[in-house]
Amino acid sequence: MSPLGVSVLSIGFIALICVAFAATLYRGEKGGSVIAALLAALTAITWFVAGRDGVDTLAIVAVVFVLAMVASYALRWLLIRLVPSTLATVFRSAPLTAMFGFIVIGVCLAMVIFAPFIAPFSESEIVSKAYAPPAATYWLGTDQLGRDIFSRIVFGARNSILLSLTATIAAFLLGTLAGLFAAIRGGVIDQTLGRLADVLMSIPALILALLLLSILGTNLVVLVGVVAAIYAPRIFRLTRSVAANVVVTDFVEASRIRGEGDWYLIRREILPNIAAPLIAEFGLQFCYVFLLIAGLSFLGLGIQPPTADWGSMVRENAVLISFGKITPLIPAMAIALLTVGVNFIVDWMLKLTAGLKERM
Amino acid sequence: MTDIVSLIIKRLGLGLLTMLVVSILIFFAVELLPGDSAQAALGQMATGETVAAMRKQMGLDVPAIVRYFYWLQDFVHGDFGTSMISHTSVAGAILGRFANSFFLAGFAAIIAIPLAVSLGVAAALFRDTIFDKSVNVTSLTAVSAPEFLLGYILVVIFAVKLRWFPPISNIRDGAEIGERIFRSFLPAMTLVLVATAHMMRMTRAAIINVLAGPYIEMARLKGVPPWRVIVRHALPNAWAPIINVVTLSLAYMITGVVLVEVVFDYPGIGQLLVDSVSKRDFPIVQACCLIFAAIFILLNIAADVGSILTNPRLKRPK
Repeated sequence: MSPLGVSVLSIGFIALICVAFAATLYRGEKGGSVIAALLAALTAITWFVAGRDGVDTLAIVAVVFVLAMVASYALRWLLIRLVPSTLATVFRSAPLTAMFGFIVIGVCLAMVIFAPFIAPFSESEIVSKAYAPPAATYWLGTDQLGRDIFSRIVFGARNSILLSLTATIAAFLLGTLAGLFAAIRGGVIDQTLGRLADVLMSIPALILALLLLSILGTNLVVLVGVVAAIYAPRIFRLTRSVAANVVVTDFVEASRIRGEGDWYLIRREILPNIAAPLIAEFGLQFCYVFLLIAGLSFLGLGIQPPTADWGSMVRENAVLISFGKITPLIPAMAIALLTVGVNFIVDWMLKLTAGLKERM
Repeated sequence: MTDIVSLIIKRLGLGLLTMLVVSILIFFAVELLPGDSAQAALGQMATGETVAAMRKQMGLDVPAIVRYFYWLQDFVHGDFGTSMISHTSVAGAILGRFANSFFLAGFAAIIAIPLAVSLGVAAALFRDTIFDKSVNVTSLTAVSAPEFLLGYILVVIFAVKLRWFPPISNIRDGAEIGERIFRSFLPAMTLVLVATAHMMRMTRAAIINVLAGPYIEMARLKGVPPWRVIVRHALPNAWAPIINVVTLSLAYMITGVVLVEVVFDYPGIGQLLVDSVSKRDFPIVQACCLIFAAIFILLNIAADVGSILTNPRLKRPK
C-alpha cells in the first residue's frame, strides 16, 4: 500500500479502465468508449465518497467479472472442440452470456446432486456459537443458531431448486394440457378455461400466493400446488395461442379425419410443432417461480425452518447486514445468479429460433 | 370522441366484472377454512352453546352466500370489517398505510419512467454496440435479481458504509415531505432499479420493432440523422407499446412494493399484508388482496385504453 492511500488493486483497476478507453477510441467503438467513460466516472465518484475501500470493492467486482468472462470463453472454446461440427457452429456464434449461464447451471446442478459430499456439515447441525466469523472449518461463518452457512447454502441449492423445478413442472403439466385441450376442442371448454385463467391472472402472483398460503397453511405440498395454480394460467395462454395456429393446419385436419383421438393429436401432431417456444417458456417461468418461492421464503411463508433455503437464509441473517457483513447476501446473490444464468440461456435460445425463422 | 368514451366505459365495466369474480374468489377461499372463526375466537374449551351464541353474534348462522352479499355491501361502503387480532376497524388500519405505499410507488415511478424510456431509446439508437450489450446485461441482471438483494445491497452501500440514508424507513404519521423523501429514498431506489430495468428492456424492444418499418428505411435513405429518425419517426409510433409497458411495469411494482416494504420495515400496506398473513388475520388479508387486485386490474385497463388512444388504427376494431 502506497503512502498516498492507494492500493495496488485500485491502481490496476484504474489503469485497466484507461487502457480500455484508449483501445475503444483507437478502434472507433463509440459504445465501448461511452462504457469506459461511465466506468471512469463511477470510479471517480466512488473514490470521492468512499475513498480507497470503495475503489477496492469496485476492483474486486471487476476482477470477478473478468474471471467469469474468461471461464465462459474457456467453456465456449472447449464446447466448440468437443461437440460434432454441426453443433459446433451453433456454439461458435453463442454469446459469452449464454456460456456463463451454462456454468452457473452446471455448478447449481452439482450442488443439487452432490450436496452431502460437498457440504462439510449437515444443514441443521449446530457446529459453533451463533454468528461465528469466517474461519478455516466454516469459511463463511455461522448463522444465528451456529449452523455452518456454507453447508446451508449447498443444501439450500438442493431444496430451493428442486422445489421450484417441481412447481414449474406441475404448472407446465396443468397449463399445457389445459391449453392443448382448449385449442383442440374450442367452444365452451375453451371459453371456460380462458375466463378462469383471466380471473387468476387478474391478481398479482405474490398477492394471490399470500392469500392462498394464509388460508391453506405452509407446507411443501401446498406450496407446490399454489405456485403451480398461479403460473398454470400464464402457460395455458401461451400454449393455447401457439397450439391454435397448429390446430388449423391441414395435417392436423388429416389425422382428425383419419379418426385419431385427442391424445394422439396432442402427442404426435401438435406438441412436436410447439416444443421450441414451450421450452423457452419453461426457462422463463422457472425463473419467475424460483423468484416467487424465494420471495415467499424470504417473507417467512415458503420453505419452513430448519430446512435450508436461499430465500429464508437471507431473512434469518439479515441482522448481520446492519453491521456491514455481506454473508446474508450470498444466498441472495446465488438466487440472482441462477435466474440470470437461465435468463441468459433463454435469451440466446429465443435469438437462435428467431434467426432460424429469418433464414427460412 | 363518443367512440373513446364508450370504449373506456366498456373496459371499465369488464374490469368491474372481473373485480366481482375476484371478490367471490377471495371471500369463498377464506370460507374453505376448516373450523369457523367463532370456534377460533372462543378457543377449544368453549361449550357448544357459547359457540352457537357467538356464531349468532358474528352473523355466522346465515348461509355463506348471504354473508358474501353483506360483506360486499359493507366493502363498497368502505367498511372492511374488524381485525380478528386487534379488534379494530380494518379500514382505519389500511388507510394510512395505503397512502404510504402510494407515496413510495409514486416516488419510484416519477424517477423510473423518464429514466427507463430515455435509456430504452438510447439502447435502441446504439443497437448492437457494446453500450447496448452492457445495458442489456445489466438490466437483465436487475430483472433477475430478487428485490430483497437489490434492497440490501443499497443498505450496505448507502446506509452502513456511507451512512447517507437510514437503513430502516420508519416514517411517523404526519412527517414532513422532506423527511418522508429522505426516509423512503432507499426503498424507492430499489423499486426504481427493478422497474427501470423492466421498462427499459421493453421500450428498447418496442422501438426496435418500429425501426423495422419501411418508412424508417425511407427516412434513413433521404438522409435524416439517426436521433431524428428515432424522435420524429419511430417514437410516435412506439408510444402505444411504451404506454403499455409503463402501466404494466407499474402493476408489476405491486409485488416489488410488498418485498421492499418488508426489507426496509416501511409502514406500508404490503408489510401489513405480510404481517396479517403470518397472523392469519383474514379480514385484513382479504381487504389488502382486494385492493391490490383492484389496482392491478385498473392499471391493466389503463394500459389497454392508453395504447388505443395513441394508436388511431386501434380505435376502430375490425
